[in-house]
Amino acid sequence: MQLIPCPWCGPREEAEFHYGGQAHVAYPEDPAALSDEDWAKFVFFRANPSGPLAERWSHSAGCRRWFNAVRDTRTHDLLAVYRLDEPRPVIS
Amino acid sequence: MTRLSGVPLKFTFDGRELTGFLGDTLASALLANGIHQVATSITYGRPRGIVAAGVEDSNALVQIEAPFPEPMLSATTVELYDGLEARGLRGRGRLAAEPDPARYDAKHAHCDVLVIGAGPAGFAAAAEAEGRVLLVDDQPDGEAPEGVRFLSRTTAFGIYDDGFVLALERRGEPAAPERISRQRVWRIRARKIVIATGAHERPIVFPDNDRPGIMLAGAARTYLNRYGVLAGRRVVVFTTNDSAYDAASDLAGAGAEIVRIVDAREGYGVIGTDGDSRITAAHVAKLGEMRGERVECDLLLVSGGWNPAVHLFSQARGKLRYSPELGAYVPDGNLPTVSVVGAAAGEGLPEAKILWQVPAPESEVDTRFVDQQRDATVSDVLRATGAGLRSLEHIKRYTTIGTAHDQGKTSGMLAAGITAEALGVDLATQRPTTFRPPYTPVPFAALAGRHRGELHDPVRVTAIHPWHVEHGAEFENVGQWKRPWYYPRPGESMHDAVRRECRAARNDVAVMDGSTLGKIDVQGPDAGWFLDMLYTNMMSTLKVGRIRYGVMCGVDGMVIDDGTVIRVGEERFLVTTTTGNAAMVLEWMEEWLQTEWPHLDVFATSVTEHWATMPLVGPRSREVLGRLAPDLDVSNEAFGFMTWQDAEVAGIAARVCRISFSGELAYEINVPSCYGLALWQSIVDTGATPYGTETMHVLRAEKGYPIIGQDTDGTVTPQDLGMSWAVSKKKADFLGKRSFARAENNRPDRKQLVGLLPVDPSVRLPEGSQLIESEVVPEPPVRMLGHVTSSYDSAALGRTFALALVRSGRERVGETLYVPVGDQVVPVTVTESVLFDKEGARRDG
Repeated sequence: MQLIPCPWCGPREEAEFHYGGQAHVAYPEDPAALSDEDWAKFVFFRANPSGPLAERWSHSAGCRRWFNAVRDTRTHDLLAVYRLDEPRPVIS
Repeated sequence: MTRLSGVPLKFTFDGRELTGFLGDTLASALLANGIHQVATSITYGRPRGIVAAGVEDSNALVQIEAPFPEPMLSATTVELYDGLEARGLRGRGRLAAEPDPARYDAKHAHCDVLVIGAGPAGFAAAAEAEGRVLLVDDQPDGEAPEGVRFLSRTTAFGIYDDGFVLALERRGEPAAPERISRQRVWRIRARKIVIATGAHERPIVFPDNDRPGIMLAGAARTYLNRYGVLAGRRVVVFTTNDSAYDAASDLAGAGAEIVRIVDAREGYGVIGTDGDSRITAAHVAKLGEMRGERVECDLLLVSGGWNPAVHLFSQARGKLRYSPELGAYVPDGNLPTVSVVGAAAGEGLPEAKILWQVPAPESEVDTRFVDQQRDATVSDVLRATGAGLRSLEHIKRYTTIGTAHDQGKTSGMLAAGITAEALGVDLATQRPTTFRPPYTPVPFAALAGRHRGELHDPVRVTAIHPWHVEHGAEFENVGQWKRPWYYPRPGESMHDAVRRECRAARNDVAVMDGSTLGKIDVQGPDAGWFLDMLYTNMMSTLKVGRIRYGVMCGVDGMVIDDGTVIRVGEERFLVTTTTGNAAMVLEWMEEWLQTEWPHLDVFATSVTEHWATMPLVGPRSREVLGRLAPDLDVSNEAFGFMTWQDAEVAGIAARVCRISFSGELAYEINVPSCYGLALWQSIVDTGATPYGTETMHVLRAEKGYPIIGQDTDGTVTPQDLGMSWAVSKKKADFLGKRSFARAENNRPDRKQLVGLLPVDPSVRLPEGSQLIESEVVPEPPVRMLGHVTSSYDSAALGRTFALALVRSGRERVGETLYVPVGDQVVPVTVTESVLFDKEGARRDG
């Protein structure tokens, strides 16, 4: 049972959280202007790296707030957590 | 003879009444009574005895029959208690048919340092550790340094992420379990973990190495020194290392005759044994020779070396390396927060000659057992390598070695060694099989703890629930909610009751408890804009006092929920959701508000449980409401369809909405939950018939209204449902809109919602049935056209009908299709989805 450090509540058990997929995938400004392919990329395509990935998480059984985290997909180590209005931290 | 505490305990084994002492295990008490054969093996039915003195034992499996049946326990881990009844097992045990009367629990602990194992290394580590220190040990006795919290009879069985450790504490035996929980799972969170779990002695493989009376040397020493039991009087010792000499010396000191020490380092080995329920002789030969000398004995002690108990370290993702001195895998350095000390780290263990198996004469039946509990032999390993398997993981799966109750604690290393020999590879290049929790078997009862019976899952009931119970309602589970399904009168079947309830709603007046409907209060200056984005239709233009039906889609354009939206004020809406989707829709709103549109000034709050909701349905509903609310003008002109008004109903402040999920004239009356029961009573006192969810389903299906999640499955668009009318063409954007233009969502052969009328009006199609084109089921692959999503017998239509998702369904209206049901193929006519009152004449009464 991994501990996830919620930026508002501190470390809590992973069962309190809900996964929200890749972070920094913004809803397009003008969906109507996109080609079918570009729209499909927004809807269906997500990165799947072996290594650090910026993700969205929601502390659904706690403060119910969304935040972002950089997780190493090989080890599940959370390298950083940050609020939605903060930029993605640089991970060396 | 008195042993241990001197407190005698009566117990039964295989029907024999026996005596042991407080402090015995079942295994030590059996040995003290001269019983070596405990069980028989699962495949070959060979007699099997006690091999070890702890959790690593592979053979002495027992079934506890009383006081409460428990299957497959190891006799070496069962503490003896008065009145225990057990019998030996052949493989599988018997689960109890009756509920376990004991209580089980869970407990949390937090510490700076957790030390697992209270032997010398663990004791020293606990003494040196700083901060809050917790020491656990699986034995009933033991002690801890001062200032250290100590849990005995507690087995750490799993290490998980971030210092999380699960441990099982056995507290019920031998103490009376009436006042306390029998076992409890400790959920420990530790900053640092020290593993001091010791080592398990390793057997050696030779022909007939499985007879009762063949025991690990260290185990015989434990039975003597700890339990006061001498396991045999004429002893042969077969060893590859010095540790067995300590056992020989202790047993000799207790009066046993050590008739032969067979030391592999001197070039000798055991190549066979005699005996049935107990060993009678060992055959001793020079290693490599196939004929040996017969040496009579009643106990054969074996020591092939020692395997550090690295299970927990490996679970914590610690790396292991092969030690050629020990013939075992040892920790390859510590982890940042998990360290290993003592014998578990390979410290202080005797160097051993590596001997996995003794060269033995050919025989027709292989009795060189590698995994005794699985009855798996050297031949089984060679069959696996002969079949081309190379990795230890694959050989484990092929042979099942290491997959039994004992999880290969004694057999795993032997299998690895014999495999490496067969393949001619160095074990240092082989990856050991992965250790996974649990280290020892854990009863499901302990894992469940208090989460059983009423506490298994919360039950949600409405304010009106007591009335439903009192009036004999049958209930249906919808998520955690208990919803009245139908209200059978004495002698009525479900079918009769539902027909009666449907008739009341269509011809008279009926009322249902709709309180479980999800309700979300959406407030703020931007609420209109927000709902415009969430729903396919326009909500911002809705006038205060009016109601609109809305459909919600994912960005992929698939329907995720539907419901009504009422505008309470300029900046306030009340949104309803499907009962089962209430939490999902609220989370969906929060997700968009927080992640995409944080600039919006909107708040969404669940008010599901604040309101009791009662649809009053049927041609007489206006008259009944008029009577209950004399100050309310219920005429169609004053109170039109899709509007709402606040009014006093039966003296209670209520919000009344004119909406209909049945096509009938209907009013949905909402009152604060605390008045729900009072209002319900007033309504049924007027003679309105209460109806349940089944009737609701029939009524809505007759009108072709889909239920999201029953008639849809996450691949259905509003267009597929025939709801293009609910999709705004004016709005520039909303969630899902762009996806409606995707080529995939415009294929003419998409599955569409249609009605089905079985040609025989008495046949009710099973929901989930598939539709095909021909009267005869063709050879596979059969082209599937779709499936039945809802199916009922309709009083109003005087026949059965169904809703279905069918490829190009709307183009097929009028066609005959076929539904295979068991051995029959049922012909059905495709119709539009609306089957009753197509022109909507009944809506306004």
